Amino acid sequence: MNERHTTAMSNLTSIVENIYDQLNVGNVPVMGLPLRSKKNIEFDTQHNVWKYGELQTTRTSKTVQGAQMMLRTVYTAEFINDMIRDNKSSTLREMYYISEGWDRAKFNSQDESNLLAEDLEIISKCMREDFKLRPEESGAHIYGNLDINTLTKKGMKKFNCMDDVAETGFAVPYNVEKESFEIAGTDAKFVMAIETGGMFARLIENGFPERYGAILVHLSGQPARSTRRLIKRLNEERGLPVTVFTDGDPWSFRIFASVAYGAIKTAHISEYLATPTAQFIGITASDILNYDLPTDKLSDKDTGALSAELSDPRFADPFWVGEIQAMLEMKKKSEQQALAKYGLDFVTDTYLPEKLGEMGIL
Amino acid sequence: MRSENIEDYTKGNTNAHKMAAKQQEISITEFFEKNKHILGFDSRSKSLLMGIKEAVDNSLDACEEAGFLPDLAIKVERLQEEEEYKITVEDNGPGIIHKMIPNVFGRLLYGSRFHALRQSRGQQGIGISATVMYGNISTGKPAHIESKIEGKDEVAWKMDITIDTKINRPVVTNDVAFTWEGKDHGTKIEYTTKGRYISGKQSIFEYLKNTAIVNPHARIEFHDPEGKKYLFERATEQMPPKSKEIKPHPGGMEIGDMMKYAQNTQQKTAAAFLKNDFSRITDRIAEEILSKAAINPSAKPSDLTRDQCKAMIGAIAQVKIMAPPTDCLSPIGDALIKKGLMHILDGMRPDYYATPVTRPPKAVNGNPFVVEAGIVYGGDIPSDDQVTILRFANRVPLLYQQGACAITKAISEVDWRRYGLEQRGGKGIPYGPAIILVHVASTKVPFTSEGKEAVASFAELQNEIEQALRLCARNLKSHLNKMERKSKTSAKFEIVQDLIPAIAKKASEMLDRPLPDLSLTISKIMNVVWVESRAKKEGQRTLSVKYNLHNYTLQERTIGLHAKLPKECVNLTLFTNPHFISMNDEGKVTWEIKNLQPSSSLLISFELKGELADTFDADDIYVSGINPVLVMGAEALPGDWGIKGLEIIESDESIPADEDEEIEEAEDLGDE
Repeated sequence: MNERHTTAMSNLTSIVENIYDQLNVGNVPVMGLPLRSKKNIEFDTQHNVWKYGELQTTRTSKTVQGAQMMLRTVYTAEFINDMIRDNKSSTLREMYYISEGWDRAKFNSQDESNLLAEDLEIISKCMREDFKLRPEESGAHIYGNLDINTLTKKGMKKFNCMDDVAETGFAVPYNVEKESFEIAGTDAKFVMAIETGGMFARLIENGFPERYGAILVHLSGQPARSTRRLIKRLNEERGLPVTVFTDGDPWSFRIFASVAYGAIKTAHISEYLATPTAQFIGITASDILNYDLPTDKLSDKDTGALSAELSDPRFADPFWVGEIQAMLEMKKKSEQQALAKYGLDFVTDTYLPEKLGEMGIL
Repeated sequence: MRSENIEDYTKGNTNAHKMAAKQQEISITEFFEKNKHILGFDSRSKSLLMGIKEAVDNSLDACEEAGFLPDLAIKVERLQEEEEYKITVEDNGPGIIHKMIPNVFGRLLYGSRFHALRQSRGQQGIGISATVMYGNISTGKPAHIESKIEGKDEVAWKMDITIDTKINRPVVTNDVAFTWEGKDHGTKIEYTTKGRYISGKQSIFEYLKNTAIVNPHARIEFHDPEGKKYLFERATEQMPPKSKEIKPHPGGMEIGDMMKYAQNTQQKTAAAFLKNDFSRITDRIAEEILSKAAINPSAKPSDLTRDQCKAMIGAIAQVKIMAPPTDCLSPIGDALIKKGLMHILDGMRPDYYATPVTRPPKAVNGNPFVVEAGIVYGGDIPSDDQVTILRFANRVPLLYQQGACAITKAISEVDWRRYGLEQRGGKGIPYGPAIILVHVASTKVPFTSEGKEAVASFAELQNEIEQALRLCARNLKSHLNKMERKSKTSAKFEIVQDLIPAIAKKASEMLDRPLPDLSLTISKIMNVVWVESRAKKEGQRTLSVKYNLHNYTLQERTIGLHAKLPKECVNLTLFTNPHFISMNDEGKVTWEIKNLQPSSSLLISFELKGELADTFDADDIYVSGINPVLVMGAEALPGDWGIKGLEIIESDESIPADEDEEIEEAEDLGDE
């Protein structure tokens, strides 16, 4: 049990005390929480990331839903404290199943238990990792000339993320904090976060990391927290510029936003997870035109997502407004791998060097 | 039908003579054949029903007139011959004296309903003789009648009857006396007829079922052609009051009627004719009418000309005459409508029988009428379809021509959306899990046609039907509101009974502290006085009712409690309750609960005994003396209750509006 764990325990205990005290004086227990929606994220000038603003919701036990969440809060707090005390950990999914035995506090879906874990992070000002709760899957994969020391069953061990791993890369653990994961050294010049596994494998097969001194990180859709945390550490500790290479569609724009600006869901810890200087390579709306890429029509959902992004404060800058509107006008989207239209080497020989050159990274 | 006085018209050679010869040959049979559609015998399936309807209506009328609780058995047997059925209808009526039997069953248009008006079923058909004749014509077989009148020394008589259609006279064969074992009095008719037996909305079964609903004092047994037996048991021993005969009211007179009455009267002078042959006419009024019509009061009525009769009708319209008496009507009444509906429809397990409405009697054109309505809701009643409409006129179900009926029109005119049923554009027959019953009772129900299958629409009647429906629908709506509140109530109970105690228990375990006292928290969450109602049937005729009042507010409360009980069923258990204040003629009861302390409760219980005991719905409970927002489980005393409840003593407490559930806080978290 380290200091962070002790803090987590005592903070969780205070949450329960607060509820108990309200009951003890005959009040209806309430809990204040920041409103977790895009209406309530503000730019934090100190960290250059987006964080929750001042808007609060009050969870009151006057409603069935509110009272039930409060009951779950008490149960979950006790469960986490017991886990820390016994030096155990569990996955979020395990916690969801454990709640089967909690009677009225039982979660109906894993989304509910995940949301509550995040609520507890926010109220207790701790992180999920301090609660010994981990996500189902570990972070994504990383490939490049990077030395790391990471905790294994046999203690800390050193790996090189190019020489010591297969072409799939090194699997990022769920906890990449310094106690168990050290960045030992690298001669890489930049980090490239990639949305799809297909493109990640293409760049490795084409020898892109070796040729240009890149560390590739496979995001695998919306990146897990540890993936974003690792990108952030590479950027902060090694001064490596970070680029993001995704499909050209509204959902990919959001992937970039969560890497660079902070995700709405985790806005309470954006300063740990977001890399404000990350740059978007593409696929941009202009790429679709300039490279004459094969496209798909925007679905209604896509159009809706783009319109929603126009009212998302994180996208409120001229570059993104321009990109979003251009995509809405052409009513088309495209994938990273559409670049294969010009051959398997086009992306590594032409597209990326051109784009990275424009950015001043190569 | 002129065939009685046969003359030889064929002697001349003109076309008119030839035609006269043909005219003469039109027999009753032909008349019947040609007009059977207006008489209701237009299809095979309808013919079968019409016959039974005539017999059943006659039996019920006869039983009621004699003061016997009707006990009817109806049997339909399929015969060898195609589409041939043997029908048997037996009653426990007063019986018919021997020499009258042939006339009652074997003579068309034979009856005594002339110049006297009363509410009866029998006015609605061409009569049982038409049924006998249709049987004769269609199968060639006679009807068989058995009848016995009251009295130990009386014997029963049986006979076969056919109708000589040429002369409209019964032909009797096999007329014999016999001993009817086990029968004190009653009549049985058996006849063979062509017909088609069907099931569904216009079936004999449906007709008998609906008859049982509005005649809860009758016991009806039905044997269908498959040999299956259905029994609609008597729901009440209470006979409907006998309907009284009244003289016609001058207001509804048409010129033809007036002339006919004037010709046939026994009175010697015009003044006496008006005064004695009509209702609501005094000497003074007769004088006024005759002077306005410029008729000599001592003129002989039979000498009055058409013009004079017309002048008389014109004068009647100018003179203020009291509306006809309405005590001649016998509505079913709200309690018995509910009882009848509950008795017959219980298989559909409806959620709610809206308190039926009986409107005060009204009169139009000299005819008094009264409208009643009832609504049954929920349970197994199909909810995707149009509502089922049960139409009745003088306790007789109307199964045909629904679309043409004033009842249907009135239902279509009501905006049911306001009362919790679906209705496109607020017009037309509504949709939803409901059955709507409307009964029109009158000395002369206005029908659209001779078939007497639909009530004719005129403004006053349709307006009355709509009024009755709206009032009844309001009862339904208040029930639906109550249900909605109940679900909110159950949410609150879930919080205070399960969730809050669970939070307290877990938190105190985890913190190792004593369990906190939750009563104050619970009062703050509830902030209501909860009227918990429970009713339990104890045996057939006893209903045990309990009201438990819990004060879940932070102040002491003084509350008036009100309910309308079936007053025949109350007893000492009600009056001895210390909180009982009063009960009025309508059975409206008031209790008063003084100074009910916060976090305390109080029980009021009583028993209802009698056959109407189960018609009381314990959820129909009202409060006064407290802001209704602060009450759960009871409604505010309605303004038209007629009894003053307690005044609300205003206090400075703030009454919070219902808080909305927490906003969906995860609204756009899903996309990442």
